Amino acid sequence: MSKEPVAVVGIGQTKHVAARRDVSIAGLVREAARRALDDAELTWADIDAVVIGKAPDFFEGVMMPELYLADALGAVGKPMLRVHTAGSVGGSTALVAANLVAARVHGTVLTLAFEKQSESNAMWGLSLPIPFQQPLLAGAGGFFAPHVRAYMRRSGAPDTVGSLVAYKDRRNALKNPYAHLHEHDITLEKVQASPMLWDPIRYSETCPSSDGACAMILTDRAGAARAPRSPAWMHGGAMRSEPTLFAGKDAVSPQAGKDCAADVYRQAGIADPRREIDAVEMYVPFSWYEPMWLENLGFADEGEGWKLTESGVTELDGDLPVDMSGGVLSTNPIGASGMIRFAEAALQVRGQAGEHQVDGARRVLGHAYGGGSQFFAMWLVGSRPPDS
Amino acid sequence: MTREIAVVAFGQTDHRRTSEEFSEVEMLMPVLHDVLARTGLKTPDIDFTCSGSSDYLAGRAFSFTLALDGVGAWPPISESHVEMDGAWALYEAWTKLLTGDADTALVYSYGKSSPGPVRDVLTRQLDPYYVAPLWPDSVALAALQAQALIDAGDTDEPALAAVAARSREAATANPHAQLRGPVPPGEYVVRPLRTGDCPPIGDGAAAVILAAGDRARELCARPAWIRGIDHRIEAHGLGVRDLTDSPSTRLAAERAGAFERPVDTAELHAPFSAQEIVLRKALRLDGDVRVNPSGGALAAHPIMAAGLIRVGEAAAAIHRGESDRALGHATSGPCLQQNLVAVLEGDPR
Repeated sequence: MSKEPVAVVGIGQTKHVAARRDVSIAGLVREAARRALDDAELTWADIDAVVIGKAPDFFEGVMMPELYLADALGAVGKPMLRVHTAGSVGGSTALVAANLVAARVHGTVLTLAFEKQSESNAMWGLSLPIPFQQPLLAGAGGFFAPHVRAYMRRSGAPDTVGSLVAYKDRRNALKNPYAHLHEHDITLEKVQASPMLWDPIRYSETCPSSDGACAMILTDRAGAARAPRSPAWMHGGAMRSEPTLFAGKDAVSPQAGKDCAADVYRQAGIADPRREIDAVEMYVPFSWYEPMWLENLGFADEGEGWKLTESGVTELDGDLPVDMSGGVLSTNPIGASGMIRFAEAALQVRGQAGEHQVDGARRVLGHAYGGGSQFFAMWLVGSRPPDS
Repeated sequence: MTREIAVVAFGQTDHRRTSEEFSEVEMLMPVLHDVLARTGLKTPDIDFTCSGSSDYLAGRAFSFTLALDGVGAWPPISESHVEMDGAWALYEAWTKLLTGDADTALVYSYGKSSPGPVRDVLTRQLDPYYVAPLWPDSVALAALQAQALIDAGDTDEPALAAVAARSREAATANPHAQLRGPVPPGEYVVRPLRTGDCPPIGDGAAAVILAAGDRARELCARPAWIRGIDHRIEAHGLGVRDLTDSPSTRLAAERAGAFERPVDTAELHAPFSAQEIVLRKALRLDGDVRVNPSGGALAAHPIMAAGLIRVGEAAAAIHRGESDRALGHATSGPCLQQNLVAVLEGDPR
């Protein structure tokens, strides 16, 4: 049986900032959804279903907020699903929505992910103590730093690579009007001089805490034909999960990430990702994850990822631009971060990315991960409809 | 041509007032093994896995990640999670099977209501700015709905007591149920609801396996084919809803094809006795339909699993040959805000 092709015809996000004190959670999500509808030139009545995602409910202190948000998202009388797969959730949410279209259950679906971190404190939201279970205690940075160390030791990467990524992403963010951090006076020296938080991760190599939302309108072939602007077409999408902690886990390059990418490439007919993919929006919350994921996603051989970063391949004008939008390092409304990666990939192949547009981007990968590097969600979008 | 998809196995724990000696993973594992054993499938044979649970019940962010560790997610699996009742995880899995990307799916959900004051915990579901700060608890909100029904002449207190008594009488045949046999109506909790009109607080887990087409026929002697499944949400604010009706249930039932032919069995997720009255009306269930032969949510109510259990019980009735066409219903949110309806059928005998 054949699947319905899935097109992205509307994209909207909020200007991400540390605290949106001017809007409620409902106001925040509605702003992104409204912009996505405007982009698609559709109204609330054109939407058949809503799929919403965010990271833990403790971040805002609202249990199952989809119930409260039904009105704000025009979902009354419609189906509404709430996805939660940790940090990968923004990507997974888009994939669940895409499946509704691919399965021909619905024609046009609004998908949205958000986090309003200023309502609470993410660090402590992740650190609730419970019996018999080691909580993260020092937030995500404390969990991931040892894995970065392991990567450095394993690959022999010089300790300057992380700061190069942060410097690049923060400069890219200056070209993205929606990015949270706009550090106009950023220099490589400033990144390198910033305080050490979780050795080897420096303050300027970590993501901020943001308030923000991202929305997309996904539709079928008929919907795409009516779209006012060129759609992005989904060529492949997959999720993979593995346990957080077990003896055989490779925390530096998890098997679930490799398998997820391989599944996406198989669906999209990609044999050589390094040559056939034009750019990547990658989930890099701590700078060293760029070289680590370059290897995990098959863009570089094991131990070689840092060389791509160091030689400028991943710069905006490089041969394989990574995180053209400024990435998670510049904008991190946690639950939305994965969907922003997916949406920015779609913007690129639609030629709608503005100042951070990669010339001639035809196939772009959107990537998200979550938990203790255990949940992965990815999609590959193209400027042309998939074959068949 | 739409793909044929069926529930081929259903399993659940015994539901208990407390399970403090078990972690969620320990509670879940026997159920996962149970459904796998019923089909003869091993973890690597499952193409897609989806779960439903709530961090707020567990009191911990990312609580579902621990449950995943128990599933056997190595080598890595294709997997997803909804922060909802497991009935919606089943819906997501059904969608995945429809795309043709998977032929089998494992769906599970679990919830422990015992560790915290569940009435207070559920207030955190409400509008966080205007309503939740007032802490209106889940029983108080259900009582508003019950009183609205009484005021409208749709029911009275003896009729509500009869719903509760019938449910717990039916549960005597259900070894997993928590409240079985005669249960006194008890004192008022919030008028007009007495303890007997409210669900027990308890812990439990459930799992089902879905399969498509011929795979389903291989795995189950009498698959419970999902003829339709749909879910709808209503406005959150209670002031803008008619609490004596459930238009979202009616619409979901219509879209699921429930009204095309009568069902013989209905498993309704009605945690409060008065909600059965609302659902019966919305679903046009007459006296010939067996409603909640399992005892329903008044006999066992592990939050986040109770809806999946309704679909599972409906499917199991078909597996056993006790039903030919059954309806499974799940609800979420205060006063039946969100509702899912699945219509299941066995092959003609």
